[in-house]
Amino acid sequence: MDFTFPKEYQLFRRMVREFVENEVRPLAKVIDREHRVPHETVKKAAKLGLMGVPFPQKYGGMGGGEIGYCILAEELGRVCSSTATVIGAHIGIAAMAIHLDGTEEQKQKYLVPLAQGKAIGAFGLTEAQAGSDAAAIKTTAVRDGDQFVLNGAKVFITNGDIADTIIVMAVTDPTLGAYGGITAFIAETDSPGFSIGSLENKMGIRGSSTAECVFQDVRVPKENVLGQFGAGFLTFMKSLDIGRASLGAACLGGAQAALESSINWARAREQFGAPIATKQSVHFMLSEMFVDIEALRSLVYRTAWLIDTHQPHVMEAAACKLFGSETAHRCINKALQIHGALGYSRDYSIELGWRDQRISEIYEGTNEIQRVVIAANLFRPYGLRIPT
Amino acid sequence: MDFRLSEDQLMFRKMFADFCTKEIRPQGEHIDQAEEAPVDLLQKAVDQGFWAALVPEAMEGCGLDVYTYMLMLEELARADMSTALILSVHNSLMVKPLIDHGTDDQKERYLAALSFGEMLGAFALTEPAAGSDAAALATTANRDGDDYLLKGTKLWVSNGELAGLFLVVAKAAGGITAFLVEKDTPGLKVGYREKTLGLRGVPCNTLYLDNARVPAANRLGEEGQGFKIAQHALDLSRLGMGALALGGCERALEEAIRFSMEHIQFNVPIAQKQIIQNYIANAKTEVEAIRCLVTYTAWLADSGQDFSHHASITKLFSARAAHEVTDKMLQVHGGYGYMKEYAIERYYRDCRALEIIEGTSQIQQFLIARDLYKAEGLEIRP
Repeated sequence: MDFTFPKEYQLFRRMVREFVENEVRPLAKVIDREHRVPHETVKKAAKLGLMGVPFPQKYGGMGGGEIGYCILAEELGRVCSSTATVIGAHIGIAAMAIHLDGTEEQKQKYLVPLAQGKAIGAFGLTEAQAGSDAAAIKTTAVRDGDQFVLNGAKVFITNGDIADTIIVMAVTDPTLGAYGGITAFIAETDSPGFSIGSLENKMGIRGSSTAECVFQDVRVPKENVLGQFGAGFLTFMKSLDIGRASLGAACLGGAQAALESSINWARAREQFGAPIATKQSVHFMLSEMFVDIEALRSLVYRTAWLIDTHQPHVMEAAACKLFGSETAHRCINKALQIHGALGYSRDYSIELGWRDQRISEIYEGTNEIQRVVIAANLFRPYGLRIPT
Repeated sequence: MDFRLSEDQLMFRKMFADFCTKEIRPQGEHIDQAEEAPVDLLQKAVDQGFWAALVPEAMEGCGLDVYTYMLMLEELARADMSTALILSVHNSLMVKPLIDHGTDDQKERYLAALSFGEMLGAFALTEPAAGSDAAALATTANRDGDDYLLKGTKLWVSNGELAGLFLVVAKAAGGITAFLVEKDTPGLKVGYREKTLGLRGVPCNTLYLDNARVPAANRLGEEGQGFKIAQHALDLSRLGMGALALGGCERALEEAIRFSMEHIQFNVPIAQKQIIQNYIANAKTEVEAIRCLVTYTAWLADSGQDFSHHASITKLFSARAAHEVTDKMLQVHGGYGYMKEYAIERYYRDCRALEIIEGTSQIQQFLIARDLYKAEGLEIRP
């Protein structure tokens, strides 16, 4: 057992941190205020190879695996959750689905440009009445010769309006249900019939776009079926598992940043004739933050190691997302309290972190669904299938 | 012991609830997004007595007891938290101290204007180095003939740019002293408006006092009484934060119940899921616990007892509960809860202020513990 990061990961983290400090931090508040995606940052990230960190080099990636990807997510999460979300949705679920289940041709055609950052990816699963209940999707794909015709609407799609490539889950056989009846497709967003409906006005991560994606007779060649026909449910479950681990890493970064600014503020702010760093209430909040963060750090990188070494990781990935998002919530909330009125002000970065953080308990499967996933896996060895 | 409302209380509550639901509630989203105080609504609210809640009937006010005033704040908060805070500051931190400590001349000059919508009140205590630590005040009041010259900077003055009259707390020769300062006073300038996480309809400004000339006739109480006057006002205001938390939680619960009945997942409304039921049940339990604290503390106040200790307890408990309840009710909404078109998104941000304003939760904890140890003869320091 050795908990030190290998040299190449240490160098990678240093490179990412430099990029994040120079390019991401200066824009964090700007993109929130202006409610816009930081395209310029994404372009610069692509130049450094950051849009394909986990993927093999032969597909345009950096070969960093899940550990490398978690380092990227953590460093982005320290500074800007919006940028972490834009890049996370692109790498962690969109490109990842092709990496996991794509054919050689699909990888050459779609994964390579995604990994190089020449194309942007999105992942289209959620629908108005199918969020946690992913099996309830209504979007259909009907075979017509060598093509499939897609019809339906996906909501809350991160990167939906900036993506070139979108992974779409559609019903191919309504009689078969989730397992067998849903297929994953790779669609190109310049296809006729693809359009963007509304863009969401959100509490936080306002530097990432959340779009409604409408498919009206969108034609996709049969070669673009991703994974096995009818096994789309498995494809997105696998992709989401991995996305959940890296989401925990982004939360780790956010929580760590909250702790660091709290330490600094507690040293600077004087009340009752002494810095509030001398107050026991503050000590307890900081200590609890530290414990939460160290537990999360261990969980995230152990799960990344499980993924990289091809071991079972479904429950651990769910735990990363669940514990990570709640740790981030507790930490940023305590940080806001330590900062007092300044924490409530939009002139400081704490309130931005507080707003941004709150989505992590909801997206990529609500924390309630993570608990359901974990419970289902706890009972599975005993042959008990629990209803959702 | 009788927890039923009197005929009068029922009547007032219905009147407040009708106005809040019909007039204020539909404006909540706009008030937040435009970051504008609802000036027109506030003027309309004058006729309903919202500006004169605590003014005795003899002076043409509503003459409400503290409990009925809490019902008013609760109804306001159910409709919109920003509007509720504006009127809480006006009534608890300006009108009430004026009624309790003002001279007949001061009441004669200001009470009608404050009651009938000509002057909104504001309260200026906090300073850059004196937030929770009120004793560290740096603003000074130097006697100059029949006037005082006030010098200093006040932060986070709620109602700031809307206010016609400020209750300013400053250090005079005889100690901490309260003053009634008109907005047109030479040397007074309302400055930077804070951009806040929530409660965005409440203008919250920096107040600059550059030798602002205030007539001695506008000193509220005697020199050296300012701290006590401010403390009494804050006691009522802290209790009022309990009522704001109560109204905010009730609204959040109402939104979540409605959403959970309409939103179908796994072929049933999510209301059928046990975890949602648990969230809803816990939220209702918190709501009723806040209500009991607010009711009991208001009874202490109305029966002439010292309610300072319980005002802190009420604020500490209800602010924490308001964060937890709005957080969980947002979670019930799933992704929709993160979108600005759903009221819960706003209530979650608004309610977070309650653990900070009018004395942080940490200060309430100190005050509560201090009272307990004091009774045993031990003086504790924060």
